[in-house]
Amino acid sequence: MPAIDLAKAPQPGSTDPAQIRNFCIIAHIDHGKSTLADRMLGITEVVELRNMRAQYLDRMDIERERGITIKSQAVRLPWRSGIDGQEYILNMIDTPGHVDFTYEVSRSLAACEGAVLLVDCAQGIEAQTLANLYLAMENNLTIIPVLNKIDLPAAQPEKFAEELAKLIGCQPEDCLRVSGKTGAGVTELLDQIVKQIPAPVGDANAPARALIFDSVYDTYRGVVTYVRVVDGHLSTRDQIQMFSTGVRHEMLEVGVISPEPVVSKGLGVGEVGYVITGVKDVRQSRVGDTITTYHNPTKKALAGYKDPMPMVFSGLFPLDGAEYPMLREALDKLQLNDAALVYEPETSAALGFGFRCGFLGLLHMEIVRERLEREAGLSLISTAPSVVYRVVRGDGKELIVTNPSEFPNDKIEAVFEPIVRATVLAPAEFIGAIMELCQERRGALLGMDYLSEDRVEIRYTLPLAEIVFDFFDQLKSKTRGYASLDYEPIGEAEGDLVKVDILLQSEGVDAFSAIVHKDKAYAYGVMMTGKLRKLIPRQQFEVPIQAAIGSRIIARESIRAIRKDVLAKCYGGDISRKRKLLEKQKEGKKRMKMVGRVEVPQEAFIAALTTDADVDKAKAKAKG
Amino acid sequence: MTRPLSFYIHIPYCVKRCGYCDFNTYTPGELKPGSDIAQVSNGYIDLLIQEGKIARSDVKTDKPIPTIFFGGGTPTLMEPVDLGRVLNSLETDFGFASDIEITIEANPDTVSSAKLAALREIGINRISFGMQSAVPHVLAVLDRTHNPENVIKATTWAREVGFEQVSVDLIYGAPGESLEDWEDTIDAALTLPITHISAYALIVESGTKLAAQVKRGEVIIPEDDQTADKYLMADEKFKKAGFNWYELSNWAKPKGECRHNIAYWEGADWWGLGPGAHSHLNGKRFWNVKHPTAYRESLEAEQSPVMDSEKLTLAEIESERVMLEIRLPRGLEKSSLSSPSLARLESYLTGGQISQEQWDQGRISLTISGRLMADRIVREILL
Repeated sequence: MPAIDLAKAPQPGSTDPAQIRNFCIIAHIDHGKSTLADRMLGITEVVELRNMRAQYLDRMDIERERGITIKSQAVRLPWRSGIDGQEYILNMIDTPGHVDFTYEVSRSLAACEGAVLLVDCAQGIEAQTLANLYLAMENNLTIIPVLNKIDLPAAQPEKFAEELAKLIGCQPEDCLRVSGKTGAGVTELLDQIVKQIPAPVGDANAPARALIFDSVYDTYRGVVTYVRVVDGHLSTRDQIQMFSTGVRHEMLEVGVISPEPVVSKGLGVGEVGYVITGVKDVRQSRVGDTITTYHNPTKKALAGYKDPMPMVFSGLFPLDGAEYPMLREALDKLQLNDAALVYEPETSAALGFGFRCGFLGLLHMEIVRERLEREAGLSLISTAPSVVYRVVRGDGKELIVTNPSEFPNDKIEAVFEPIVRATVLAPAEFIGAIMELCQERRGALLGMDYLSEDRVEIRYTLPLAEIVFDFFDQLKSKTRGYASLDYEPIGEAEGDLVKVDILLQSEGVDAFSAIVHKDKAYAYGVMMTGKLRKLIPRQQFEVPIQAAIGSRIIARESIRAIRKDVLAKCYGGDISRKRKLLEKQKEGKKRMKMVGRVEVPQEAFIAALTTDADVDKAKAKAKG
Repeated sequence: MTRPLSFYIHIPYCVKRCGYCDFNTYTPGELKPGSDIAQVSNGYIDLLIQEGKIARSDVKTDKPIPTIFFGGGTPTLMEPVDLGRVLNSLETDFGFASDIEITIEANPDTVSSAKLAALREIGINRISFGMQSAVPHVLAVLDRTHNPENVIKATTWAREVGFEQVSVDLIYGAPGESLEDWEDTIDAALTLPITHISAYALIVESGTKLAAQVKRGEVIIPEDDQTADKYLMADEKFKKAGFNWYELSNWAKPKGECRHNIAYWEGADWWGLGPGAHSHLNGKRFWNVKHPTAYRESLEAEQSPVMDSEKLTLAEIESERVMLEIRLPRGLEKSSLSSPSLARLESYLTGGQISQEQWDQGRISLTISGRLMADRIVREILL
């Protein structure tokens, strides 16, 4: 019986590092990581059967609903090896699976000695998994290749074993085959983790050094910080210090998660657990930072700490202006748990008061927006996402622009935009379609490799701005959903970029301005003016709609003045019906935004700022 | 001080239903397969008389009735003697004003000179014919059965038998109607011996056959701009012929205005008899069950046929006042509106939709282009 009674297992704070194995699972969104994790909790008996629920470790509703993990967590699993009969402590560090959270992934990896590379053997490896695999290999982690879902009729373990073997340089037969669903092969996997992954090594007598790999805000406890002790020892008696800021904190509680919190006296070399200091804001306890003790501080931080860098910006505005204070409150609250979210107040002539928000990427943006709407019950308009531009003005001065409305109208020397290296994995039949899309989006081909006979990895450099604008949706639709995408920033490049303004009755509507490549400015102008002509109802007067670069008009449309707005009949029974209609229309009028003298319905803003793909998504959601 | 009470009397029967109509009306076959009008309406008049008694006991007015209006449906499907019984009962219970106006709506196809004489005989003194259009293809799209010739005959007979007030209803903006078609209709109407014209832009009401045809793309509703042009044309031609507008969709020769309708627009009290009929008593509105069978059953059970009612709040009364009075030439008193409301009207004043001359004299009165925007201006005032 490999499971160990918890009370008799090696205790936190006094576990020999030789008994410890720290590992994470690298997997794509739907490749079954959470199910496998659930199965491990069950087999090691840290969760009793009757308490088990699906995706046990995913705490947020959004995580469970979308089947993805946003925040990582560490679980301590006692395990008696079926190979040598010895007792071990396995720390499973759950990693986020998405490209936006690459930095968080890299810190989770840094807390481990090994990684389980989990691949759905009906689908094969995905681009993001590949990216994380490379990260793990760079961190010198021991990789255990595992094919999941072998119970599926569509499983092709031989094919994907070869793919994995080629990627990590092992033999196809080294790939373990498991089913998180049925539990097949999971015991063997736990034994192989013990056997293959090295034990952590550290100096127990050195000043304490612990790596923060996650930091979570809890309403009752404040910030819960997840750490991996590298050297020395952390105990409840200590005062701790954050290396990056030098700020000192009382240690209120130390413990491990198994998978509910278990308080301990301390954490020793190689151990993984949590500390609580009473801090209320995750930004004071940042992922990647080093924790040391105040009385015996280390002089050398652990490598790799970075401030999170927002890559994508968007304005968030409440549909109802009166909800602005609620939006502020909700953002403040969200930031307690999301060190990567940045925002500052923004005023839009068209949309009123809101916030300019910076996100790690598109998924991060979507998640933040969804949490604001769901948890705070807000209805929001978000402006088209923008990247960070570096503008060199005529006088040589530089300007950082994250909002098209800040783009200078006077003489510009040069504009630099962020560039990413994008990797697309897809069946070979789609090579043409993918290249066409990347070419269209100003991409430059870096190279292409066959992962197997019929699957390719295509690498491009692309301006981030092109990816931000419905690239992923286009990629999915051109490859019938088979392609996967990963990208990482690699710097900036000068671009032939201009700002296109949209004017209603000669008045600019800041929410519709966009920074686009010169060759696409005309198309953007025609698209936007055409869209608005259909969306804005006729007014008391004629409304010209123009698209302009500076003072040069590049596209125009016109909404004719309305001439008839009256119902012809109004007799006995019509009167209350008409009054009720009027009440409804009055409500509609209140929701209109005024642009100069032009009444623009909110729906027009939403529709104009939404891509067709978004509309399809919303429809799919409504149907679901 | 009690207020006078007008009566609307609903006759919910038609020989056939027209494609654009969403009124509360039924063909005999709809009510009872295979039956004819005489069977279906059997006893209907008695029910109206019975409801009239309810009105008498509910309303404490000591004023005689100023106006009565028979609408439908097709009121002329009823025997004049039957209609006369309702009038007698109301006259007995409430009394008639010496200048009482009693109107009946009529289908030009279902009247004869003798029938019109009989209607005049029972005291009806105003008649309104559903002419709709003089153009056959427009009548066809509206599902109307009559021959345009019938209108000439019917109006002439009406005058001959002594109706002082004769009106026709016109509809413009039907699918396929050109500006020239509409001009032909106007010209045809103006040759008739009439004192009053109602002209309505077609409203495609949901649930009608016409709405379904529009939805399926079988017919196309003309653009609002063309409909606006038709309104301008009508107003100009009517004015030239001596008909002045006294409500957005109504024009009359001097003293030819329909006083019953004016009562609606001025917020007077009225009682609607019949299924689905609406009533208004000093800020309270109520309406009867809609189906003739349900109506009959409640009255036979000695119960009120009222389905629902609403007591208007002061704000609602004010909304209705603005909404209705703006449709009349004298419009609204400026002093009755708040200064923010008045300020919002400035652009309509400069845009020529509100008469500057009247404004200077303290009134908000719509010009012809303003009349076409009346609902928008109401929203501006009430925002």
